[in-house]
Amino acid sequence: MTIQILMPALSPTMTEGKLTKWLVKEGDKVSSGKILAEIETDKATMELEAIDEGIVGKLLVSEGSEVIPVNQPIAILLEGDEKASSIKATSVTTPMAAKTESIAAAAAAAPQAATSAPEKEYTSFKTQTVREALRDAIAEEMRRDPNVFLMGEEVAEYQGAYKISQGLLDEFGAKRVIDTPITEHGFAGLSVGAAFGGLRPIVEFMTFNFAMQAIDHIINSAAKTLYMSGGQLGCPVVFRGPNGAAARVGAQHSQCYASWYAHIPGLKVLAPWSAADAKGLLKAAIRDPNPVIFLENEILYGQSFEVPADDDFILPIGKAKVERVGAHVTIVAFSIMVGKALQAAEILAKEGIEAEVINLRSIRPLDTETIILSVQKTNRCVTVEEGWATSGIGCEIAARIMEQAFDDLDAPVARVAGKDVPMPYAANLEVMALPQIADIVAAAKSVCYR
Amino acid sequence: MATKRGNTKAATSSVGSKVLIQFYRDMLLIRRFEERAGQLYGMGLIGGFCHLYIGQEAVVVGLQACSKPGDSVITSYRDHGHMLACGMDPKGVMAELTGRAGGYSKGKGGSMHMFSREKGFYGGHGIVGAQVPIGTGLAFAHKYKNDGGLSFAYFGDGAANQGQIYESFNMAGLWKLPVIYVIENNKYGMGTSVQRASASPDLHKRGEPFGLRTMTVDGMSVTAVYEAGRDATEYVRSGEGPVLMEVNTYRYRGHSMSDPAKYRAKEELQKMREQFDPIDRLRAELVEMKAMDEDGFKAIDKEIKDIVTAAAEFSQTSPEPDPAELWTDILVEAA
Repeated sequence: MTIQILMPALSPTMTEGKLTKWLVKEGDKVSSGKILAEIETDKATMELEAIDEGIVGKLLVSEGSEVIPVNQPIAILLEGDEKASSIKATSVTTPMAAKTESIAAAAAAAPQAATSAPEKEYTSFKTQTVREALRDAIAEEMRRDPNVFLMGEEVAEYQGAYKISQGLLDEFGAKRVIDTPITEHGFAGLSVGAAFGGLRPIVEFMTFNFAMQAIDHIINSAAKTLYMSGGQLGCPVVFRGPNGAAARVGAQHSQCYASWYAHIPGLKVLAPWSAADAKGLLKAAIRDPNPVIFLENEILYGQSFEVPADDDFILPIGKAKVERVGAHVTIVAFSIMVGKALQAAEILAKEGIEAEVINLRSIRPLDTETIILSVQKTNRCVTVEEGWATSGIGCEIAARIMEQAFDDLDAPVARVAGKDVPMPYAANLEVMALPQIADIVAAAKSVCYR
Repeated sequence: MATKRGNTKAATSSVGSKVLIQFYRDMLLIRRFEERAGQLYGMGLIGGFCHLYIGQEAVVVGLQACSKPGDSVITSYRDHGHMLACGMDPKGVMAELTGRAGGYSKGKGGSMHMFSREKGFYGGHGIVGAQVPIGTGLAFAHKYKNDGGLSFAYFGDGAANQGQIYESFNMAGLWKLPVIYVIENNKYGMGTSVQRASASPDLHKRGEPFGLRTMTVDGMSVTAVYEAGRDATEYVRSGEGPVLMEVNTYRYRGHSMSDPAKYRAKEELQKMREQFDPIDRLRAELVEMKAMDEDGFKAIDKEIKDIVTAAAEFSQTSPEPDPAELWTDILVEAA
């Protein structure tokens, strides 16, 4: 039997090449690994090795030949004791070449996100801070599932840098409430491995600013592996901690990461405002089989809200909440900006403008339906976020409204966002850099042409 | 904790001929599989990046022979050999290389991204060093669940300069995690030699400050690797903590398919191939021991050739993924 040696592709982009030199001649015996020729690719000069044993029967291209297409036969190898005369007698089968057909069919539409179950109605409530609600959510889920554990800096003996994990070490012990070294990149990667290994880690970042050191594992390891493994390897991790500006901590500790993570398929991104949001969404995040980014806010930790007093209270991921009903303008906000939007709505009401305030709760998946239904009623929309406007969440909302409710708009969507500067330290400048109630009021009036 | 240098020498005494023949077969499978992968790449059937393991076969064959069912394995993008050594089907691996539906990741992962939960193989990672904290997390899960398993985390001499490696060593040492870190020192991180990249080229010593037991091993001798692996697995399974093993090996091919390897002398490669090839060395040992005759070797050659041919055929006949697969496996649907 004869074996054809084909012009190889020796780089991801090579389609043709030059045979600069033969290092064997006809009649030479070669074994696997023997260098046969030098080939110049679009990147470099490479050596071509023999794969099979045999005798070089015929060299089909001469030294110095240029523009030899990939997969063109360049030599014939004889196996065993064949003679060169057998070349013609034996029919040489050309190995199957690569297909590069374009797949127009791949443009098949993305499946629509399943509609979440509606939120349950609750009748009995208790007053809790966001901090207590988060702690209760973690504790309840740790009681429910022994594979849930909490790790992070100062979460155990110190009781949490922001006291979210107060009391958890006492109840669950050091095996499940784990102080880590200050090593975000390492423990984020470790949590991904633990999730692959069947556990359900909750990773606390002291703040999301520090998670930038870990972002490779959040995106490349946690978010993409399910897809890259053809569905074999899910990664049920919750990455949580305070996000955005606190107060007077300067540029490196005051950034909103909502739009960074919202960009990534394979992640879910949640941003609670109230204590009920915090509890219901964190419980849902811990139970979710996917990696969830859970963006808290330090200033909200001490604020109190009514939380359903029901052991089974949980909120659906992907469902926004209409916090205030109004007919004149829709204000879409998340996290701490929901409170500011509600205060702005009170001021607007005194001036005869009834604002509908939507608390997004979930940034990815984004509840487009709730936003569109509201805009179809109000015909106006203002987005509010603490992060920068450029490529921010407001851009995404504006684009979706344009795509799905263009004809309903009576004014362009207005964005209220953090100023396009690193966060300043000085008290007066910091106030200027962050969205304020007056900014929301002004934007709402402008889209109402008032 | 005192660290101990376990220097191992090539010794056949304690390893029976049956085991050695199995090693020979397993190494030959990887060698032939990789040669065929290189050929399919040349034909344009495999795209993108493709990193071959030729020359390093003794490392993963010797070490995985020490593993038990339930253990976890994780490595970098030079991963085909590890998958075969974990018992994954050569057909599924080759079909993933060609991006076909029959591949381990349905064609959506490629050469660098393959996994088998069934075989305890957790990738296949394309980011240099990222597999090391993940492998540490797999060890964390073994300890948390108290299932007796351990984690093998393989990485190269190039990755050994990544900060996350030392973050991992620190946590593994601190928490005495059941993990064996394996530095496959093939002398070059892409085109940069260890001497040009590492202030201290004795990479195994880098485990000492973290309380890891450290070892250096001749990675061109499968028996040396196997004996070191038995020692290391026994140590880790007894709960003593992690091991860092530096295995000195050599990659015959370029870093990836488009690397002409101009950064090393041809004589260096030739010397390693002719004098230290792990497959040739074991074959010579088997001949000397009279453990196998020429017919025996021929039978193994044929068996391997048939397996690799079947894998190559499957990788070309398996269909491309259905267009609908574009949109699957992005999120797990909640139960």
